[in-house]
Amino acid sequence: MTTTLKLRADAAPDIHAPGHVSDAHAHDGAHDHDVQSRTTLGFWLYLMSDCLIFAVLFATFGVLVNNTAGGPNGRELFDLRFVLGETMLLLTSSLTFGAAMTKLQDGRGNPNQVIRWMVLTFALGAAFVGMEIFEFRELIHEGAGPGRSAYLSAFFMLVGTHGLHVSAGLLWIIVMVNQIQVFGLDAVVRRRLACLSLFWHFLDLVWICVFSIVYLRTFL
Amino acid sequence: MNPASISAHESSHGSMRSHLIGYGLSVVLTLASFGAVMGRVLPPGYGLAIIVLLCLAQLLVQLVFFLHLGPRKGQRGNTAVFACTVFLIAIVVSGSLWVMHNANLNMMPMQSVPMTAGPKG
Repeated sequence: MTTTLKLRADAAPDIHAPGHVSDAHAHDGAHDHDVQSRTTLGFWLYLMSDCLIFAVLFATFGVLVNNTAGGPNGRELFDLRFVLGETMLLLTSSLTFGAAMTKLQDGRGNPNQVIRWMVLTFALGAAFVGMEIFEFRELIHEGAGPGRSAYLSAFFMLVGTHGLHVSAGLLWIIVMVNQIQVFGLDAVVRRRLACLSLFWHFLDLVWICVFSIVYLRTFL
Repeated sequence: MNPASISAHESSHGSMRSHLIGYGLSVVLTLASFGAVMGRVLPPGYGLAIIVLLCLAQLLVQLVFFLHLGPRKGQRGNTAVFACTVFLIAIVVSGSLWVMHNANLNMMPMQSVPMTAGPKG
């Protein structure tokens, strides 16, 4: 019963009303944190199911890695310095997002500082997606598109799914920057930022597996 | 914001220092794995094992410093769910590779038959 009431209070239309944070903390300090940790756990469950999607794509890639059908293999197609550049972009964007999250907990949190770090994160993420699109275009141009062999189908599926996730993250960053501007750093915005933070770091984890298994492995 | 909720936030988002440590370790591990492959310094036969080990090390670093997994109260739920997921992933990935490897071995005579009907795979 209490849970229902809390959820309903949380879903009330005036959740973004100014002063919500101070009110919530004055009257019910544990409430916000409770909702926050439950939401984070729920979002974490979603991320784990996403993790399983990537696990299946990795398994598919592992099974099909030698089925090049007489076409080019990874060694002829990939440039490791290019991949290292992509990796550094994504890794640094993880740090800048972490910096935005630490600005969030600094006392009351300065919305402009959080936005600045998030814009930087967006720029790095966009550069990563740009490099990936460039790589895909080059591959297709060289006649090594997803239709060339089972190996390339699996490669485009795996790396493309990761790229789509990063693009979705970029869209989410835009939405959150807008929400910070409109609502300020209230409890709801903080909670959503915490979820986005998990999502963004999670994409970096997936990329570590991608560059190790997909790119580096072919050059052994 | 009261002190209790500030400390709760710190435990869930980490400090700038922990992010910097995580970033530093990740950069070192990334450069180590790229450097080892690009410099061709890996001993033959152990290359894949070393790359996978460096990959796992970096995953662990980021899970602890960026995603704040750990044994502390408030982290335990996420950590337990993650452990279950790792278990499922291990079954799915190793099972697929094992089954398909055996299938390939046992289908060997088929592969020597010339395939005229379109590209294989």
